[in-house]
Amino acid sequence: MTILKLNNVSITFGGLKAVSNIDMTVEKGQIVGIIGPNGAGKTTLFNLLTGMYAPTSGEILLYKDNPIKLNGLKPYKITGHGIARTFQNIRLFRDMTVLDNVKIGFHSRTKCGFLSSVIRLPSYYDEEKRVREDAEELLKMLNLDNKKHEFAKNLSYGEQRRLEIARALASEPSILLLDEPAAGMNPNETIELTHLITWIRDKFNLTIILIEHDMKLVMGICNKVYVLNYGNLIAGGTPDEVQNDPQVIEAYIGSESA
Amino acid sequence: MEQVLQQLVNGISLGSIYALIALGYTMVYGIINLINFAHGDIYMIGAYVGFAATTFFGLGFIPALIVSMIITAVLGVVVEKVAYKPIRKSTRIAALITAISVSLFLEYGMMYFVKAETRTFPEVLPSKNFRLGNVILNNKDVYIVIVTVVMMLILQYIIHKTKIGMAMRAASMDSEAAQLMGISVDNTISVTFALGSCLAGVAGVLVGVYYNSIDPLMGMMPGIKAFIAAVIGGIGVIPGAMFGGYLLGITETMVSAAGYSLYKDAVAFAILILMLLIKPKGLFGKNVREKV
Amino acid sequence: MKVINRKTIMLAVVILAIYAVVEMMIGQGIIDSYVELNIVLIGINIILAVGLNLVTGFTGQFSLGHAAFMAVGAYVSAIVTAKFGQPFIVAITLSALAASLAGVIIGIPTLRLKGDYLAIATLGFGEIIRIMALNIDYIGGASGFNDIPKMTNWTWVYFMVVASIVVIKNFINSRGGRACISISQDETAAEAMGVNTTKYKILAFVIGAFFAGISGALYANYFYFIKPDSFGYMKSIDILVIVVFGGMGSIAGSVVGAVVLSLISLFLQSIPELRMVIYAVILFMIMVYRPQGLLGKEDFRFKFLKKRVV
Repeated sequence: MTILKLNNVSITFGGLKAVSNIDMTVEKGQIVGIIGPNGAGKTTLFNLLTGMYAPTSGEILLYKDNPIKLNGLKPYKITGHGIARTFQNIRLFRDMTVLDNVKIGFHSRTKCGFLSSVIRLPSYYDEEKRVREDAEELLKMLNLDNKKHEFAKNLSYGEQRRLEIARALASEPSILLLDEPAAGMNPNETIELTHLITWIRDKFNLTIILIEHDMKLVMGICNKVYVLNYGNLIAGGTPDEVQNDPQVIEAYIGSESA
Repeated sequence: MEQVLQQLVNGISLGSIYALIALGYTMVYGIINLINFAHGDIYMIGAYVGFAATTFFGLGFIPALIVSMIITAVLGVVVEKVAYKPIRKSTRIAALITAISVSLFLEYGMMYFVKAETRTFPEVLPSKNFRLGNVILNNKDVYIVIVTVVMMLILQYIIHKTKIGMAMRAASMDSEAAQLMGISVDNTISVTFALGSCLAGVAGVLVGVYYNSIDPLMGMMPGIKAFIAAVIGGIGVIPGAMFGGYLLGITETMVSAAGYSLYKDAVAFAILILMLLIKPKGLFGKNVREKV
Repeated sequence: MKVINRKTIMLAVVILAIYAVVEMMIGQGIIDSYVELNIVLIGINIILAVGLNLVTGFTGQFSLGHAAFMAVGAYVSAIVTAKFGQPFIVAITLSALAASLAGVIIGIPTLRLKGDYLAIATLGFGEIIRIMALNIDYIGGASGFNDIPKMTNWTWVYFMVVASIVVIKNFINSRGGRACISISQDETAAEAMGVNTTKYKILAFVIGAFFAGISGALYANYFYFIKPDSFGYMKSIDILVIVVFGGMGSIAGSVVGAVVLSLISLFLQSIPELRMVIYAVILFMIMVYRPQGLLGKEDFRFKFLKKRVV
């Protein structure tokens, strides 16, 4: 079943096409990898999917009960529709506690308003209790529960990556976008991360799209891999197909050895 | 028509003052991202130095101007070294409040020494009027414009043709990279303050000569106006600051001439807000996209 | 969790006890009118600072126009009480609402800006409001608004201070408050986490304006007389200084900051010529040696009350 579809999506920055004419179909429950050399437009694609940028042309459709057109929606609305992300350069709320970081993730799934917060209606206490319990549950799953009162900035690098994932999961997404989750990790941590990604996919019944440079990780867990080069999609298919695609080899090896 | 031309002459004179002060704002902001609230007070002190030089030491216009430039340049460097250097790495808000504290210190410190009353600047340039058709041109208008243009030419020369100017441009683009290239960022910042402050000093003397009256709080409003001018032109952009200064000066005199002098400050702020909303990087600024 | 637990009851008792003690001291003449005046001023500054702290400290939006909302509140209250003879509760309510409306009008366009640009735009709006007040004859123009009935007293000031602290503290510890703090930390990430950043920035701004409006009403109806120049950008800077001095993101800090700064300026009144110079030096010292403010991010925790409960 298709969950996300990109039809001919392009974005131009001052005359430069950063991403051009992308067609992409993502099936529910799959792990999809996006690879490509630096500057190929991978993160730009994520920014388009999450509403940080609006596409210059084309359309992005999210299939839930009905198809929802995502282009032009603000990021927070897209999060509300069930797309959550992590960031390449880790963007945690550094001076907030680990627990509070995850609590923010629940924002779009909660609704306690100004008045009930200020006059402390019973609904406020109920919701706060639920959010706290759910957040602690998530932290436990990601093995961060012993750090919940630490400031996010004091966590180790690997812990910060996991916290970003926990925070994203708190928004109860149906699609999770991971931007270079293994960047800066050692081989052991990468193996752990690989297990974690498949585990959360199964546990939360998610579709995962990830940008990654670690080919072992990508080829090991992805059902489908897309290759971007200079903003163009040059290949898409199973890991095996992509690995043997001459254009991909050209983009990766050809350009580097030339 | 004559009326409009006459106001244009007045506006250019006022605009010259704003432009001279705005240059200092824009250079300092360009290099250390600080709204130097004390800059308007350096201009005030420049006016007092000019006043002292002409009244007590009997110096003429040009010597008084030079004395004022030297003293304000030194003062600018002292302010930078004593007040701004310790907070260069702190938060924006701490930096802004520090700048405000320096401004208060200069204003009220000066008031302690020279008292709060308004002083009358001596007539160092005997007033002469020229007629161009029906437009009256005072020789002070001519002096202001000539001095301003000369100063700007010298500044352009320093920034584009000298080694220190190159260092200033490099440091304002990327101070870390400049440091790695062997540029002493500390010295460059000091030179920037010295140049900016000495232009403010020039503006102070010119205002004294032109409007004949000075007081310790005279720097507050023109300081903010000049900052508006810098924003209009695109902060960090030197020709932008000049343009912004003239635009603001001319607009203000026109608004006053149209009978709305009580609203002239409001118009300046309205221009500022419109500018920020429509083109926040200013007329000549570059838009920078935040990388996600 | 019970809504009314022992902690809230204890807190209410302490709040009422403080009120009663001071009220009695005023009644007995132990607190004379000079001290009362200073208490009122400190109270007004606390309300202003707590409100601005929500905007600048917690939400991270740099405002230099807070005094303008105080001006709106002060003039509305002056009109409602002096020209229409309405009771103070009506005046305060209308002041707060009018200031909130001004907050919406100013907030929607300006809060798209960030950092120094936002600061300077709010300063601009504040000055525009001041200049408009200068030019409206109905409210006295530059010569000011006279003969405002005195209605502000210790009771009003105290309960408004308590209300501002309780409302803002409760808001901060809620879903909306967390959203505001997340904006100050990383606006992009907040938006990506589902926070409607525009909405929360404006909400914080409006709550701040609401309380500034109340403080304006308290001010106008205590001093009989108001003029536009009392609400210029120097007043906005004064409020910002209290917030930063006490600690950005600390409500207790704003309270302590308002008290300490008022006391400092009270002591400096004996040397009027050097008052502002010394004030400037103190400000500078704080920024250099303790830029996080007196209390940093420490806040009221009411631990002493909790202990008794446990």
